Amino acid sequence: MDENSSARLKRRLLGIVYRIGLFLAMLTICLPGLWIVISSLRPTVEIMAKPPVWIPQEISFDAYVAMFSGIGKGGIPVIEYFRNSLIISVTSTVIAVAIGMAGGYAFARYRFRGKSSVFLGLMLTRTVPGIALSLPLFFLYVRLGIIDTHFGLILAYVALNVPFTIWLIDGFFRQVPKDLAEAAQIDGCTRWQAFWQVEFPLAGPGIASAAIFAFLTCWNEFALASQLTRSVSAKTLPVGLLDYTAEFTIDWRGMCALAVVMIIPALTLTYIVQKHLVGGLTSGAVKG
Amino acid sequence: MATVSLTKLTKRYGNIEIVHGIDLDITDREFIALVGPSGCGKSTTLRMIAGLEEISYGSIEIGGRIVNDLPPRSRNISMVFQSYALYPHMTVRENLGFSLKIAGAAREDMDRRVAEASAILGLDTLLERRPSQLSGGQRQRVAMGRAIVRDPDVFLFDEPLSNLDAKLRTQMRTEIKKLHAKVQSTVIYVTHDQVEAMTLADRIVIMRDGYIEQVGTPDEVFRRPATRFVAGFIGSPPMNLHEATIDDGKMVFATGEKLPLPGQFKANVATGDKVVFGLRPDDIYPTGHGISSGGAADVHQIELPITVTEPLGNETLVFVEFNGTDWVSRMLNPRPLRSGERVAMSLDMSQAHLFAADTGKTLRS
Repeated sequence: MDENSSARLKRRLLGIVYRIGLFLAMLTICLPGLWIVISSLRPTVEIMAKPPVWIPQEISFDAYVAMFSGIGKGGIPVIEYFRNSLIISVTSTVIAVAIGMAGGYAFARYRFRGKSSVFLGLMLTRTVPGIALSLPLFFLYVRLGIIDTHFGLILAYVALNVPFTIWLIDGFFRQVPKDLAEAAQIDGCTRWQAFWQVEFPLAGPGIASAAIFAFLTCWNEFALASQLTRSVSAKTLPVGLLDYTAEFTIDWRGMCALAVVMIIPALTLTYIVQKHLVGGLTSGAVKG
Repeated sequence: MATVSLTKLTKRYGNIEIVHGIDLDITDREFIALVGPSGCGKSTTLRMIAGLEEISYGSIEIGGRIVNDLPPRSRNISMVFQSYALYPHMTVRENLGFSLKIAGAAREDMDRRVAEASAILGLDTLLERRPSQLSGGQRQRVAMGRAIVRDPDVFLFDEPLSNLDAKLRTQMRTEIKKLHAKVQSTVIYVTHDQVEAMTLADRIVIMRDGYIEQVGTPDEVFRRPATRFVAGFIGSPPMNLHEATIDDGKMVFATGEKLPLPGQFKANVATGDKVVFGLRPDDIYPTGHGISSGGAADVHQIELPITVTEPLGNETLVFVEFNGTDWVSRMLNPRPLRSGERVAMSLDMSQAHLFAADTGKTLRS
């Protein structure tokens, strides 16, 4: 065998090894998700079986039917939870992005006293685990009378997301050359017009990815929500999962079915904006 | 079209003063170049005129109207940036028409003016493209088109050619000159390239460390530099500048070598004065290979060793050793020369320059 053909063979073998490695890695990542979907469709006996049953023997949509059947028939108020989740996530995302844009722009464009300490301070808030704050937050909210309300949770999520949106959007505004806003001002724009006509459209993908991240954080958040909400009027979907736990039993199948219902909107949204998300992340990574 | 007047224009950042109270009057339709090394305050001055930088003291008048505190949009200026600053999310047509759109111009008016500007600059076929699909030269043209469309009182150019390669730069330089002839408006052009300034401008303002060193036509700043700095800055290759001490009608250089004092300066110096002697490469040449501007009496003959030659085809730059350093000379109708060869050189002293060593000011009366 000559050198070239052995090199070719080696390259092919390596290619196969890469693919197998990649498949195993993807399998590890995807399996829990897949397991949730499968578990939502199979009877509890199979879910609890040891060793695990890999291929479901019988498939049924009972859990999904039951979920929407109303109280007493194994149902939970999914529609209400979904509505709460949507209101809270969308509102807090909009607010966090609006503040993030203002803050990010200020950090990217202006010089002011204590700029780096303020920025560092914002980043440090990210190091505090949310759960550590949940008890003080609980007492505070009880005193203020905003426990178990949309407003209370929106407030908490805005505070949670703002440092992150500021940081991300700051990076994107830094990438928009200063010259462009100046050129726009010479072309007759006010400072405000220059921002909306030129800088905002150019930072758009970055702002969109900040919005997605903020939305997903709110949509999936459990620890704070479980402390700060009580009733059907404020509980979000992740907290709703707890409805499937009773004193001695856990309805794993129902829980998995609700998890699937929860994942679908997030997955769809991410899929729609994935181009922006990936483009946004990589281009934001390199600060000019 | 308008005049521009700067009066005691000053810029401070905190305690650091960048521009030190400069005065400048620019007449209507004049092409003025602000030139100087980086950090001399030329760009800051331009940005103050544009309204992108606040002024710390003094005043700016455009067309007889004081604009000190007006925002850029109220000054009726347009500016071409070094980076072109084209809006990447708009097509060429939208870029050109942006200022009109902001001003709320009628659709037909906008189309007409965009068409006019693109015809002048040859952009007709590129109107639907985005800046990312254009070459450097085309982007440059769009940037100029955007400035023309506004029909401003004053055009400001901030090093518009420094991002282009050498060939394109020369080409665009000619286009800018043609453009100025066509649109006939006041232009303030910032550059660090003295060749650009010399070729384009009606008058050149040479700046250094936030002060104006000299204002004059290209001919004036070349032939009668007011300071040692201007002498060294304008002209390529640069003027030979060497310190000397006056001793009884002669200039004595550091190594003890002597040259006769040029006649035109005799009345202005005395024995013991420290001076800087300057001679352009055109005025020092191998005998018979240059053009003498004065009479034969003004040409000093001296034999010097050659260190290096740089043939350029129609001429050769010859480096000769004098006073321990290389002096550059321009040899017309060149013949082959060898390094180390001693050649007879002619120094045209009628074209020499003399500056005071301490102040750097010219000793010409």
